[in-house]
Amino acid sequence: MNKPVKRINLALLLMLLLVAGVLLSGCGSGEQNSAGSTEQGAEPYQLGAVLEVSGNSSSLGVPERDTLLMLVEKLNQNGGIDGHPVELTILDNKSDETETVLALKKLIEKDVLAVLGCASSGPSMAMIDTVQKEQVPMVSMAAASTIVEPVGERQWVFKTAQSDIVTIENIITLLKARSITKVAFLYMNNAYGDGGRIAFSAAAKENGIEIVTEEKFEASDKDMTPQLTKVKAGGAQAAIVWAIPPSASIITKNFRDLGLSIPLIHSHGVGNQNFIDLAQGTADGVILPIGKLAVVSQIPDNDPQKEVLETYIADYQAKYNAPPNSFGGYAWDAFNLVVSAIETAGPDRAAIRDALENNTAGFVGVSGVFNISPEDHNGLGVDSMVLVKIEDGQWKLME
Amino acid sequence: MSDQLIQLLITGLTLGSIYALIALALVTTFNITGILNLAQGEFTAIGALLAISLYAAGIPMFAAFVLAIILVAVMGGCLERAAIHPARRASALTLIIITIGLSISLRGLALLIWGTDTYSLPAFSRGGSILVGGAVLNPQSLWILGLALITLVVLYAFLGLTYTGKAVKAAVINRTAARLVGINPNTVSFWAFVGSGALGAAAGIFIAPVTMSTYDMGFMLGIKGFVAAVIGGLNNVGGAVLGGLLLGVLESCSAGLISSGLKDGLAIIILLLVLMVKPQGIFGLLGERKI
Repeated sequence: MNKPVKRINLALLLMLLLVAGVLLSGCGSGEQNSAGSTEQGAEPYQLGAVLEVSGNSSSLGVPERDTLLMLVEKLNQNGGIDGHPVELTILDNKSDETETVLALKKLIEKDVLAVLGCASSGPSMAMIDTVQKEQVPMVSMAAASTIVEPVGERQWVFKTAQSDIVTIENIITLLKARSITKVAFLYMNNAYGDGGRIAFSAAAKENGIEIVTEEKFEASDKDMTPQLTKVKAGGAQAAIVWAIPPSASIITKNFRDLGLSIPLIHSHGVGNQNFIDLAQGTADGVILPIGKLAVVSQIPDNDPQKEVLETYIADYQAKYNAPPNSFGGYAWDAFNLVVSAIETAGPDRAAIRDALENNTAGFVGVSGVFNISPEDHNGLGVDSMVLVKIEDGQWKLME
Repeated sequence: MSDQLIQLLITGLTLGSIYALIALALVTTFNITGILNLAQGEFTAIGALLAISLYAAGIPMFAAFVLAIILVAVMGGCLERAAIHPARRASALTLIIITIGLSISLRGLALLIWGTDTYSLPAFSRGGSILVGGAVLNPQSLWILGLALITLVVLYAFLGLTYTGKAVKAAVINRTAARLVGINPNTVSFWAFVGSGALGAAAGIFIAPVTMSTYDMGFMLGIKGFVAAVIGGLNNVGGAVLGGLLLGVLESCSAGLISSGLKDGLAIIILLLVLMVKPQGIFGLLGERKI
């Protein structure tokens, strides 16, 4: 009788160990980091960030986390904000909307002055209701323009990534220059892809461009050939893809495999080296609008952003031994906008919101020169992006 | 239009052979041990990630693959001894729940080792895609389909023709009777996990050039493989392959001809239909044990 009991105990023990392992790893990824210093006497300022450190959008969230950790360390070394060190709590939302809201509530309970996040559009949209209700300033690093519009219902929400409208205006200009009138539009079935689709359809209609094929795919899809066969049959003169890696890389591979010869235009969602690496050489020839960070050595010296860009690249390179990408740039802008708002407004949520809206005009960031106003909570114009073509795995500025 | 159909069919077969490989591993373990190993997808993910890391570390491609397959096979064996063996007297349901625990732990482990990045592997054969009457075939698809077919043949031969294979089957049908004639079900269960680890890893390595690899790729693959196995009939090795191919073709055709939004929904609808109308699977034998 004794033996089976022992066995069951052993099995139970093993299961406990497994569960403990999972819990530990879960905590490890959940409570990402709390950077800050307590050497100074002044009370630290609390800031929070909710980022896609794991899951489908982690290629965006990870460089943003790294950038934030670097910036907060540097800020505290230089004495913080008016002598107050900054404590930044970064939580992982696992690229999931529900996790995002839970993480956000945790941060609000910690009395953070402002929340940075998220990296992608869906989770960012999920945060809006809560920050509006709790009246916490939020700076998103995602693309969809609906994150900050209509401004009347989004008083507390700002964002640093160029809105899809800015990207689309750049693409429309390119299409017009090449007198392309029929395009195929392929997009990820999520808030980012849908935002792109809505904005692009509107802009295309205005400019007399016809969308002959419109197809979507899931972020986790492994093969987009079926959707691309429709593009082939539809007679489009160019294909526009609204996605982020890895699915953006897979569709690029499928596109080349199918031997489609029309121009392939991506959105700024692929603005990282990861996209080129995963596409394994098939990314060459892809055209996309992107922030100036990727092509800093090719932009003229008199560009107002040149100095900011070079400093960011040097700092990031020194700390992580890798070049930064535009997503990290969005985090740089978000963090520094909030810091500059706290510098003018002091540790008060409402005052920080007002400062973000009114006192940051002309702020030179990595993603562009911001002109945030009560009507525009993004503040970036068409000139914040340039068109690049990928050649030999490198971004090349287009004429 | 017919070009498009051929293309959809080819893409569907590629996707389908991926599902078929996972389904094969699931069905094999199920038939040998009576356990549905829900950590099968994780074996695949870890196999692919290991091979990619070993290859990146400078080991020649072929050696890296073999090493990764061996490592995952050993891991499969160790997990069987550590988690399944101590609980071997428990009900099948308990054992399945243990494999769920294993799957979550393995995913956590992969997250700690490889992080959240996506990795990819170069295609096995050089050269571009092959033209098949206006449609394009990725050469890697042939490798995947080939692996599925070879595995199928080997499994058939093993279970049907060899003495060991028959012993294995006997151990499932009646543990006690098998023991009486000198077959040790514990050893059989151990080797089943070693085998499914090796097969899972091989599947992962073969599909990595097409699907790319992330720490969490195993979950979705596991589910699709499970659906494929149920469609084909859980106790039928050939059915698993056909079920996988059928699922792949249906997915690709529904995405290409109807709507891309319907793709995953269709898989679940088919699963429900099969479970309602013919719960033993389309190719399953009547009168067999209930799942």
